[in-house]
This record gives sequence, structure tokens and C-alpha cells, in this order.
Amino acid sequence: MNNEQPRVPSAPGHGVESRWVEVEHLHFIYPDGLEALKGVDLVIARGEKVALIGPNGAGKSTLMLHLNGINTPSHGQVRIGGATVDRSTVKRIRAEVGLVFQDPDDQLFSPTVFEDVAFGPLHMGVPIEEIHRRVESALASVGMSGFERRLPHHLSLGQRKRVALATVLSMEPSVLVLDEPSAGLDPRGRRELIRMLRTLPQTLLVSTHDMRLVAEVFPRVVVMDDGRVVADGPTSVVLADSALLEAHGLESP
Amino acid sequence: MSTLTLDRYLARESAIHAADARLKFIATVGFILTLSLLPVGAFAALGLAWLAVIIASGAARVGWLRTTRGAFFALPFLLAAAPLVFTRKASPLGEIDTGFFTLTVSGEGLKMFATIALKSWVSVQAALLLSFTTPFHELVNALRRLRLPSLMVAIISFMYRYIAVLADESSRMMRARAARSASLDGRGGGSIAWRAKVVGSMVGSLFLRAYERSERVFAAMQSRGFSGEIRHMGGRKMRRGEWLALGTTAAALSGFSVVARLWLPVA
Repeated sequence: MNNEQPRVPSAPGHGVESRWVEVEHLHFIYPDGLEALKGVDLVIARGEKVALIGPNGAGKSTLMLHLNGINTPSHGQVRIGGATVDRSTVKRIRAEVGLVFQDPDDQLFSPTVFEDVAFGPLHMGVPIEEIHRRVESALASVGMSGFERRLPHHLSLGQRKRVALATVLSMEPSVLVLDEPSAGLDPRGRRELIRMLRTLPQTLLVSTHDMRLVAEVFPRVVVMDDGRVVADGPTSVVLADSALLEAHGLESP
Repeated sequence: MSTLTLDRYLARESAIHAADARLKFIATVGFILTLSLLPVGAFAALGLAWLAVIIASGAARVGWLRTTRGAFFALPFLLAAAPLVFTRKASPLGEIDTGFFTLTVSGEGLKMFATIALKSWVSVQAALLLSFTTPFHELVNALRRLRLPSLMVAIISFMYRYIAVLADESSRMMRARAARSASLDGRGGGSIAWRAKVVGSMVGSLFLRAYERSERVFAAMQSRGFSGEIRHMGGRKMRRGEWLALGTTAAALSGFSVVARLWLPVA
């Protein structure tokens, strides 16, 4: 099913390209004392497509919020393209890492689709004419051209999810981090999502409970449980290990 | 999809629809201001103003009945003016004995009440016409370009975006409650206190959900480069013809005020 996808990342095997996203000994403790991440290490090469699976509460979303500096590590660090995520780099990093939240109603906060897709580039300081071009191409790449004047609450969930993706594509990031993109989609919406994820050239880190999605799109899987990475390897190997999946509250596709 | 129809906008082809939202907003506010400054008993002037709204509704192809009927939803607010009928002393018309005390109906009070009622009724029609002919997001943009404080505009814009989401959430909660509110014959329903408690906890949980959502929205904004200052793409400048229309409106409204005071009959 997955033949056209390279098993091995297409990026060169050395230099910063092979360590485009780098998470090192990441610990995170919430203000209420809950330790959500207990030493996460993860390296993703440029252009690699990685699925992040694990039970609810494993720390997937918390990890994702570290990748563009929304959460600040309690210990350890995150590097994107060789630059450590900290106060001085965070603006640049947010242009580099596009984070899409699970609920499109959180992601789409502007009155119209156009204003929402333009929000990122506008706040990055992109010139106006360039913003128009980016909005157009971002909406085209998610198949939502012509919806510029529409209001988010008049769109279906699938459409809103696609627009939500467009709102970060317009920032032209090199890394896309998506939180459960297939949750709540009907089969057709899901198929469209899969087609889209396959064609996106960006580095992808996608958290999901949808094992069939994992098998169809992602060559590599990272399994998290209880704030740690418990497995990391080729999808065919990880998804075949039913003992591992069961031990962490997951199921084989 | 939203269950709430907040948008009153009616897509039609008309000069009023095509006009710049800033122009329409200023004209509407000016019109309402002019009405509110009319003297008590200026019924002829109010009639003329109403005629103007009807003509404008016709020109905008929304139908005068729609604005006229729609304006009745503001009636409950008139309760605030109702005491005037009894608190004024001049030209008493009669008395109502309630058993505890006697209310005197004053002719002057009645006239004031009628003036306020008509003023607000016509004003609401003008505001309705604005919302029928202008998409809400264009109105928000107009407010922004009219230099309303940007925080205020942002609040209005978020309110517009999320009121539908909140309404959906609350209607889901109501449905869940209704689904479990079975009652056996002659029993069930619970005491008033118990029901109040249920409603109270629903409101509380709705607040918590909204609060949590606001934090996620903020994170989504931060993720896309927001750092405390909301930026906007500049809009086009007002065209010459629009300035002209604005000037004409201002002149017409001032002229109307003068005529209403000097020549039109006042009851």
C-alpha cells in the first residue's frame, strides 16, 4: 500500500539536515507538579514523515507544544535546523515549525478564512502582496481555493481542518506538526487528508490514534507512553509488534 | 455547522450593499444620533425618518417589512422607559388603583414614553438595515479603520467568531440533559433548587470550557507569530464619491434636525 514512500528518509545522512528536529533529554513539569515529559529524545531528519502514537496522556501534545516554543522545557532542549528554541530564536522557530491544533475551532479564530490564513504571514512581517500570493497557494494546496470570503463556522469539520492546515502552510514552514488531524473526519475526509499528507514536502510529525493512517502515510513511528519514548522505528516493524502495542494501550491496524 | 444563525446579512445586489461599510456605519450612527436628539413629541419628524428607512430598505431590496417587523425584538427594553408614564406629574389623564397605591397616568409622561418608543423602534430598524446589508466581518473591519481601539475591535471579532461555537457547545449540553431527563407519570422534574443547581453547574462548565478554549486559541495565535500586537492588512482609502456621499448624508441629517425643530409640528 505504501510502495511509493521511501523507507529511509531522503535527507542526507549527515549535517544539520539529518538532525533537523532534535529533542534532547526533554523534561516538562506542569505548574501543578504533573511531570508530563520524563526525558524525551528524538531526532527527525529534514523531509522525514514521522507518526507519533501513544495512549491519551502519554505526553504527545505536550511534546508538540515544545517544538515551536509554546511550552518551555523544564530540563533539556529542542533544536530546529540547528537553532536551539529559546526566547531569542522563538519568533524565527515559529515560522519554521507550523503547529496545527486538533480542534480547528481553536486554530481558526478570525472572522473569515482569508484573514485566518493571512494571520501567520502578516504577523511574521511578510509584505502584503506576498501575503496574497501565499494565502492563495496555501488554500490551493489543501483544495480550498475560492473559500477566502467564507466564515469558518459555515464550513464542515473536514473543510475547517483543511483550512487549519492552510493557516500554517501560508507561513511556509519546513516542519509541520499536526495534532490528530484525522480525528472526527468521515471516510472521504480521511482519504483526502491521507492524499494531502503524502504530497506535502515538509518534515512531518503527526500525532494520531489512527493506525491505518500511520500504516499508509508514515515510514517511521515513534511510540510514547508515560512521558517517554518507548519505541522508535520503521512502521512495518513497530506495528507488527503487537505485544509492544498492547503493553502501551494501542492496537495493531 | 452552527445551529445558531447570528448572521443577519442578506446577500443582494444593491447600491447600499456595495457601499463601503465605513460609510454605512457612520451614516447609521449619525441617523440614530439625529433621532435621539429630536424633541419630545416630534412625531411628524419621526414619521419622516421612518419613511426614509423604509425607502432605504426598499432600495437595498431587503423589504421594508423585514426591518419593520425585526425591530420589535427591541420592545422589552422599552420597559425601562415605562415608569415615565406614572412618574411625571403634568396633565394627569386618570388613575389606576392597584390596591396598595394609586398610580397617576400623566399625559406628558405618556408623550415622552411614546417618543422614546418610536425613536428606538426606528433606530433599531436603521441598525437592522445596516446588518442586513453589511457582512459582520466587514463591519468589524470598518470599526477598525475608523480607529476604534484595536483591543475593542479584537474582542468584537472574537465574540463574533466564538459565540456560535459556544452556542453549539451549550446546545449539546442541553441535549444531553434533555436525553437524561425522563420522568415517570406525575413525578420527576426535581425541585426548583435541584434544577437551579443543574443549570448552575452547566453554566460553570460552559465557562470552564470557554476559558480552556481561550488558552488554546492563544497558543494557536502565538504559534503563528502573535506577540501581543494584532496586525491588519490595510484596506483601501475612501473614494471621492464616498466622501461625497458622506458629506451629503451629514448635510441631510443636519438639515432634517433643523427642519424638525423649526417647521415640523411637535405634539
